Amino acid sequence: MAKARTGRATPANGARPSDALSRERKLELYYWMKLTRQLEERLVNLYRQTKVVGGLFRSLGQEADAVGSCFALEQRDVMSPLIRNLGAMLVKGATPVEVLKQYMAKADSPTRGRELNIHFGDIGAAGVTRGFLGQISPLGDMVPVMTGVTMSFKMRGEDRVGLVYVGDGATSTGAFHEGINFAAVQKCPLVVIVENNGYAYSTPTHKQTAARFFVDKAIGYGVLGLQADGNDVLATYDVTKTAVDHARAGNGVALVELITYRRKGHAEHDNQSYVPAGEIEKWAEENDPIDRYVRVLLDEWGATDSELAAIDARILREIDEATDLAELSGTPDAREALLGVYAEPPAEQPLWFRRDVDAESLAYGQERPESWGTWSADGAKRA
Amino acid sequence: MSEITYLEAIREALFEEMDRDRNVFCMGEDIGAFGGAFKVTEGLLAKFGEQRVIDSPISEIALVGAAAGAAHMGLRPVVEMQFIDFIANAYDMLTNYVATARYRAFLPCPMVVRGPSGGYVRGGPFHSQNPEAGFLHTPGLKIVYPSTAADAKGLMKAAIRDDDCVLFFEHKYLYRRVKDVMPDGDHVVPIGKARVAREGSDVSIVTYASTVWKALEAADLLAAEGISVEVIDLRSLAPMDDEAIFRTVKKTNRLLIVHEDTRTGGMAGEITARVNETCFAWLDAPVLRVTAADIPLPYAPALEDYVLPQTADIVRAVRRLTAY
Repeated sequence: MAKARTGRATPANGARPSDALSRERKLELYYWMKLTRQLEERLVNLYRQTKVVGGLFRSLGQEADAVGSCFALEQRDVMSPLIRNLGAMLVKGATPVEVLKQYMAKADSPTRGRELNIHFGDIGAAGVTRGFLGQISPLGDMVPVMTGVTMSFKMRGEDRVGLVYVGDGATSTGAFHEGINFAAVQKCPLVVIVENNGYAYSTPTHKQTAARFFVDKAIGYGVLGLQADGNDVLATYDVTKTAVDHARAGNGVALVELITYRRKGHAEHDNQSYVPAGEIEKWAEENDPIDRYVRVLLDEWGATDSELAAIDARILREIDEATDLAELSGTPDAREALLGVYAEPPAEQPLWFRRDVDAESLAYGQERPESWGTWSADGAKRA
Repeated sequence: MSEITYLEAIREALFEEMDRDRNVFCMGEDIGAFGGAFKVTEGLLAKFGEQRVIDSPISEIALVGAAAGAAHMGLRPVVEMQFIDFIANAYDMLTNYVATARYRAFLPCPMVVRGPSGGYVRGGPFHSQNPEAGFLHTPGLKIVYPSTAADAKGLMKAAIRDDDCVLFFEHKYLYRRVKDVMPDGDHVVPIGKARVAREGSDVSIVTYASTVWKALEAADLLAAEGISVEVIDLRSLAPMDDEAIFRTVKKTNRLLIVHEDTRTGGMAGEITARVNETCFAWLDAPVLRVTAADIPLPYAPALEDYVLPQTADIVRAVRRLTAY
């Protein structure tokens, strides 16, 4: 797999978008990355206690690419995440309690128990929402959907950008190609982020594509292509901000490749037997995005250990409170499973065997006409 | 007022709805300056401009996906499949994404996917299919398939105004062959309501789209033999007008289901099961079906005619029903 580059690329004019971030905003990046990691650690605990209903998907080691990229969006923009973009969801306004309830399939979870993990959104036609979209598992499909979302921005003359995350696996789908091609032709204000984390489930990148880098595909689509070290949160912010500005200015699509590494399996059940020995450890020791950013904060931006400790304490408090709240919530009413497929619910559910059995058997028995089962042998119509 | 064709009726609906609601727009392959392969969208570009009449790449997945995204944001897209056969490319997007959007993520999907369907036109494979049954199985999608010009217009208007995704099948054999004088005013035909195409008392035929006309032809021939046939035109396949089906079965006690689509796993099997569950007691004969054979549709006239249901097949089936 491609090795992540370390260090930050310096643009030709020497100015990086992240240079304009205040000290407060730089500390905020730390907060989001650490919140992501700690919230997932809490989910691991709950998973082991069998309180998480389905699988658990970690973004360990990828916090910088999710947080840094989403940090480049405005409130009015719309984002479609991957399962490994918990950090982006949090930046965009999803709350830890929502995430916990969702994983625990609670009645008042964002999808009322209908969907899993971070497959939930908050988007409205009026645009007065947090602007993230509930994705589906065939993730390439989200590219065409975001093409349509951004097409609507363009048609209405709205100053909004869409950002869609895909992994190396989704780039192999027809939907990815069709969506980015259509958006490129239409010059939609769309940013496509390819998170190159080395693996799609167990398939390494070199079995996914013969291309050297995903960013090279931008040439084929005629769109802006940018690449960054996805474990450097400021580099991730810089490259995404450039792409977002490009799209917002009416120049159309940008394809951004963020090179990172998935240190956990596809989900918690995955033992990663397919990973070469030492690979995970090497990334953990040498290229942890939070460790790297802490060094930047302390060495370059004058942050103090006590400042970071205070943020850590705040995160722990928030997660504790959220966990308590989530655990208090109940499970959904089973009958709600039948509602909400259509805008107008059907007048009657066809599952007669789930209705009141006594009333039903009575009604069916009485309806049977006397002449049932009789017909004349010569085929003449019965009177 | 003069009569207009089934095709013109659909076009008229598109013009009127785009005029009425700025959120309605069209996307598809060659639908702009060319006006579409069958000219359904002719004149739309000149009137509404490139922003609302979008000529697309050959990308059914992108078209359906983009329509969903735009629909989430409050627009009402109408997507043309150049031939409905190509909807298979977008099957994943329709079934996995669009059909589940409201249920799993509270995302409204007010969109229409429309396109020329069906055979009897010597179109051969890939230009003659009836893929409706494949979508009947997916909760979250609505399906309409009109047989008359008036219904084509009224149902298209209803589909565009509907808050869910509607698959709108248009029969290309009927495009220029059937005509109606359009009803006055804002003509909207509600989705989910069947139509009694012909009253009768001896045998019911439940059908839709092109075979409505073959059933009516058969009913004329059978009337000469003293058999009174009732013909029900479903118009909407999902939701299906169960009440209309049960009503006619209870009236005539004999049911024939006719459709142009292939037999196995088709609409007729589903209708048969519903009738069996709900009004078995009223049946004087087994439910029969006349459908296409389970064959990819061939090109040569002799072959196509043999595979697709014909009026004579319907007559034979009705005679068999009345013989019980």
